[in-house]
Amino acid sequence: MRSSLTTKLLITLLGWGIACLMFFPIFWMVLTSFKTEGAAIATPPQLFFTPTLESYAEVQSRADYLSFAFNSVAVSVGGTVLALLFAIPAAYAMAFHPSTRTRGTLLWMLSTKMLPPVGVLVPIYLLFRSAGLLDTRIGLILIYGLMNLPIVVWMLFTFFKEMPNDILEAGRMDGARAWGEVWYLLLPLTLPGVASTGLLSLILCWNEAFWSLNLTSSAAAPLTTFIASFSSPEGLFFAKLSAASTVAVAPILVFGWLSQRQLVRGLTFGAVK
Amino acid sequence: MATLTLRDIQKSYGSLSVIKSLDLEVADREFVVFVGPSGCGKSTLLRMIAGLEEISGGDLIIDGQRMNDIGPADRGLAMVFQSYALYPHMTVRQNMGFALRLARVPKAEREQKVDEAARILQLEPYLDRKPGQMSGGQRQRVAIGRAIVRNPKIFLFDEPLSNLDAALRGQMRIELARLHEELQATMIYVTHDQIEAMTMADKIVVLQAGVIEQVGTPLQLYHHPANLFVAGFIGSPRMNFLKGRVAGLDGTGVAVELAGGARIAVPVEAGTMRVDDPVTLGVRPEALRPDAAGPLAGTVRLVERLGGLTLIHAELDRDGPVIVQIEGSDGTAPHQRITLQVDPAVCQLFDTTGRAMPHLTRHPLAP
Repeated sequence: MRSSLTTKLLITLLGWGIACLMFFPIFWMVLTSFKTEGAAIATPPQLFFTPTLESYAEVQSRADYLSFAFNSVAVSVGGTVLALLFAIPAAYAMAFHPSTRTRGTLLWMLSTKMLPPVGVLVPIYLLFRSAGLLDTRIGLILIYGLMNLPIVVWMLFTFFKEMPNDILEAGRMDGARAWGEVWYLLLPLTLPGVASTGLLSLILCWNEAFWSLNLTSSAAAPLTTFIASFSSPEGLFFAKLSAASTVAVAPILVFGWLSQRQLVRGLTFGAVK
Repeated sequence: MATLTLRDIQKSYGSLSVIKSLDLEVADREFVVFVGPSGCGKSTLLRMIAGLEEISGGDLIIDGQRMNDIGPADRGLAMVFQSYALYPHMTVRQNMGFALRLARVPKAEREQKVDEAARILQLEPYLDRKPGQMSGGQRQRVAIGRAIVRNPKIFLFDEPLSNLDAALRGQMRIELARLHEELQATMIYVTHDQIEAMTMADKIVVLQAGVIEQVGTPLQLYHHPANLFVAGFIGSPRMNFLKGRVAGLDGTGVAVELAGGARIAVPVEAGTMRVDDPVTLGVRPEALRPDAAGPLAGTVRLVERLGGLTLIHAELDRDGPVIVQIEGSDGTAPHQRITLQVDPAVCQLFDTTGRAMPHLTRHPLAP
């Protein structure tokens, strides 16, 4: 009894330790964003200082935050919807009408995630240039949707696998076609799973920087580009960079916090079985 | 409502053949039960009829129309699953009305049909509940209600009672029989439980390893089984099988001499049988009774007293174990000696291939 109590205490402390370690950079970023440029690079680092909003004012005067934020929302939601649109039928087919090649197809899809994106940057850039998709939201939505498709299919496949086939068969006997099965039975019953898959995709799109930096400049540039624009050639301005980063991650941070229960359930789904 | 014909139906998964060329006729309004041990292909056959499983060969004909390539949604059949397969996110009313909703039946008509089915199944108080808030028996009734509402050509049941406890199973058996009478519908029912088959069926189809062993009314199968398998499968407790040889034959039947020396004359056609051929004598437990002058002697091993019936498990001196069923409560105690009389008129005789020799006279209820 005693030893298990000690173990519990140790595990709790370890958990808190890791959590603090992971949270610290974000904490420091937020803290720095309220400092003056001078205080931001002071050695030793200052934990206590007089907070100022001057970095935020400076950031907003140099770039239109709202336009970047709108782009971020548009491409994240767009990319996620696009991925779900393709992944739901794909995962349905693989989960309920598997063939001998289903397993292999799934693994192959996942393997495409192991290819470094930079490997296909040039061909994609050229394709985008020819198609007139550079610096367009549509182009970014397309790339984000495709980028997340494998993981979205995998997650949905896992959730769909949990659904008893009997229920879909009963629907089929009741006269439902494939779309009816998906719309009336499969989606309502796996909604928590579909939702957490969507959330994850949303977060991945929001934080994506490689493609947005390379394929957009201004018109379709999301918040990741906005942050990058503050690490300028004139040198690093830590306070301003921190302020920009803070306003960029704030929405998704709040969003993630609100949906954490859903997200954790989704991510640990296969593991706790 | 509908007739069903299976002609040379086959099912195979790759090189593995699970249903081997099967022919069957189901008449309008008939209650047909597929029965057999697990893995015999009965559920696969039902799912092939439903359209949930592809047919590898042969013809499936419903009401004179070939249905092999028609999807389950368009065959006009309804199925009740072993797991009930209710839609957990819908209320009972929505569950039962789902097929009509898909068929775009107007709401008023839909409600009326659901109410009608709910009345037949006494589900009215539960219409606004979700399946999760109901007991197993109630869920089963909802699953049946879902089928009724569709007004299908044929009802298909896949072991619908096997998830219920014994008392409820008995009750649902009666309810299903009543429902069959009330709806006047063609029904096909799959079970591994021969009691369900015996009590509900107009016609039983006994399957083993993807082959039909025998088709007939419950009493035909009971009194005139075609072979050892059917004889052993139908009837509870099981038929006793005793090894012997043909001791003599004439126009009145075949005389069998058992290993223990007892001679029993069974009124069956001898066919091509000759004296000294090895045979198996099949004796129903109720065809045996204790009798001091009986030809079979042994020791009682165990007595099961069910009140109205007594089952005596005895070990015959040289013919192996037998079960004896006597009406009423019997005082026979374990370990005591017992001698048994056989009623030869109801015995079966099987040749070495397991085929039953036909009786000279048919049972009056099993023509």
